[in-house]
Amino acid sequence: MAGTWGRISTAVSPFPNPHYCVVYMRTGISMAEIPKEEYVLKCTSGCAGCSSTLCLRYILKAAGPETVLVMPACCTSVIQGAYPNTAMNVPVYNIAFASAAACASGISASYRSLGKKTNIIVYAGDGGTVDIGLQALSGAFERGTDFLYICYDNEAYGNTGMQRSGSTPLGALTTTTPAGKIHAKKDIDSIVAAHSPPYMASACSAYPLDLFKKVRKALEVRGPTFIHVLAPCPPGWRFPSDQTIEVGKLAVKTGMWILWEREYGKLKISAPSRAAVKKPEPLATYFSAQGRFKGIDPAVAEQLRNEVRRNIQRFVREEEQSCDQ
Amino acid sequence: MRSVATGNKAVAEAVRQANPAVIAAYPITPQTEIVESIAGFVADGTLASQYIPVESEHSAMAACIGASATGVRTFTATSSHGLLYMHEMLFWASGARLPVVMANVNRAVGPGWNVWAEHTDALAQRDTGWLQVFVATVQEAYDTTLMAFRIAEHNDVLLPVMVNLDGFSLSHVMQSLDTVTLGDFIPPMVLPHRIDTANPQGYGPLTGPEEFYKFRWEIERSMRDARSVIAGTEKAFAETFGRKYGMTDEYRCEDADVLVIALGTFGKEAEVAVDILRKEGIKVGSLRPRWFRPFPDLDVKGRDIVVIDRDYSFGFGGVLADSLRARYRVEPSSIIAGLGGQEVTYDDIASFVRTRMPGTETWFGVHDDV
Repeated sequence: MAGTWGRISTAVSPFPNPHYCVVYMRTGISMAEIPKEEYVLKCTSGCAGCSSTLCLRYILKAAGPETVLVMPACCTSVIQGAYPNTAMNVPVYNIAFASAAACASGISASYRSLGKKTNIIVYAGDGGTVDIGLQALSGAFERGTDFLYICYDNEAYGNTGMQRSGSTPLGALTTTTPAGKIHAKKDIDSIVAAHSPPYMASACSAYPLDLFKKVRKALEVRGPTFIHVLAPCPPGWRFPSDQTIEVGKLAVKTGMWILWEREYGKLKISAPSRAAVKKPEPLATYFSAQGRFKGIDPAVAEQLRNEVRRNIQRFVREEEQSCDQ
Repeated sequence: MRSVATGNKAVAEAVRQANPAVIAAYPITPQTEIVESIAGFVADGTLASQYIPVESEHSAMAACIGASATGVRTFTATSSHGLLYMHEMLFWASGARLPVVMANVNRAVGPGWNVWAEHTDALAQRDTGWLQVFVATVQEAYDTTLMAFRIAEHNDVLLPVMVNLDGFSLSHVMQSLDTVTLGDFIPPMVLPHRIDTANPQGYGPLTGPEEFYKFRWEIERSMRDARSVIAGTEKAFAETFGRKYGMTDEYRCEDADVLVIALGTFGKEAEVAVDILRKEGIKVGSLRPRWFRPFPDLDVKGRDIVVIDRDYSFGFGGVLADSLRARYRVEPSSIIAGLGGQEVTYDDIASFVRTRMPGTETWFGVHDDV
């Protein structure tokens, strides 16, 4: 395969856990090079326009067949199909809501002691990550578990019909916040970052190549890695199912969602977000593309605008500081 | 090899010899000595297990489930609140047909905080699909832990096993311990449904009403089959190492008119009471169920029964007494004693027998005027 290989050097890394090994990573790849093999088979029970299924398709293309998916209760619990069928062409280990990261710890301990390099990927929703699964996630990261944790974030409990989660943004309508959420979105990335993982990134279903590359990178790093993927949800966010990609792009273009990666603590804003952080599109275009922000209080909208501005500043500043090091 | 050890140390030594590939553990009194000892074995290289120092008991069981699902031997230990915290995952382990072995050091459940012995923690897990065994001596704790791995991993069982020992009155009591040279007593674990990337499958996916009950029946069928696996394992143990165990431990029961029935150390304590009472001319025996799930067949017909429950199901009765009432249509003298470590001596047990009243329930130490 063509492409260039980059190297993360621990010598310049501010990352405090030196036992994670140095890795070589492929940084250049084009859409045409993405493997043709499908691991998410046809006829899943995903909703029309489901972006989490799209994400999983590219994640598994990046990971390949030597992969075990660990899955807590989430939309994909249903999407994977019902016994005795499976729509996934890799083993899927379903586990209780709060315990995906801990279950993955057990699989990882066993496989690594047997010398198996099998990819162990947790694929969890935002509820299973930022709320009920947070303790297990924190424990697994603190222990340096060798696995990749992917949170696909549709910003609510989608599987049970769109109730608010800790990851629901301020002002969004859900079935349990019928007047709009009055609390801000939990910053899970900062919580995960506090565990100093060797690699973490954000991604969005509208940018599959970016996601693909980040999964490849994460899987080549030893130790706990984290990817937080924004996954717009047509029925939950109340937009037409043919708008999934458009809404995802708007999230990035408005700066509501920033694409970045942090290698050994060093932040880099990803290409699709470069223009957005310089000149974000008006947030109103993101609001008006979905029903969940319909009738949003102007004061709340202003709060969100300020939040986005602060976030952009925070990431730009962190990246500048990373460059200075 | 002969030595002196606590119940906790005996369990840890059995685990060291059984050599699980993965041990996930979280500390809780009075179990902590087990996981500390195991951590010591791993640190000094006498045990090659992967030791996962999890952040909770819920995760301890989840990690054991994940590891076990890859087809390797696993162990954890807990107690009381820790056991209750993993309640959800206990169903997951048995439902996923994983032969996890766990020591549970029986302890009361708060509030108020109480670290002493009680069986309500384990008996509240009665319906989780775990095999449950209660031991009464340090030697039995060691021997039973060894046997637990062989039973759990047997192809006809493939269910998790919980080895229960009383907090402090066994976990921290020093008794003589004769350790064995294990040899091939526990065969290598072969899990037919281990995760295999060459044969990708969904484990525990959505399972509809037309299929779900079949998996539940499979658990019950294996529970039933477990009886003969337990018998076979205990027989093999006796033949190899010379110590005999059964579904129950019986003391002077053959000609007994009265049976004292209790789990754990009380069942052993009752043997002293039996000797005292026999001298008084009362034909009494001690029948101690070792296994609680699967429930043993007890020969109680035509005899007076005194059941001591170190547990309680509020609004109904002592759990062991209820099991006997339901299974054998007997009317035992039901004694509720030893909750939260309440002191119960063999003299007290003897007096339970002397004052027995079939069909009644008595809370030891509680009087109407209290």
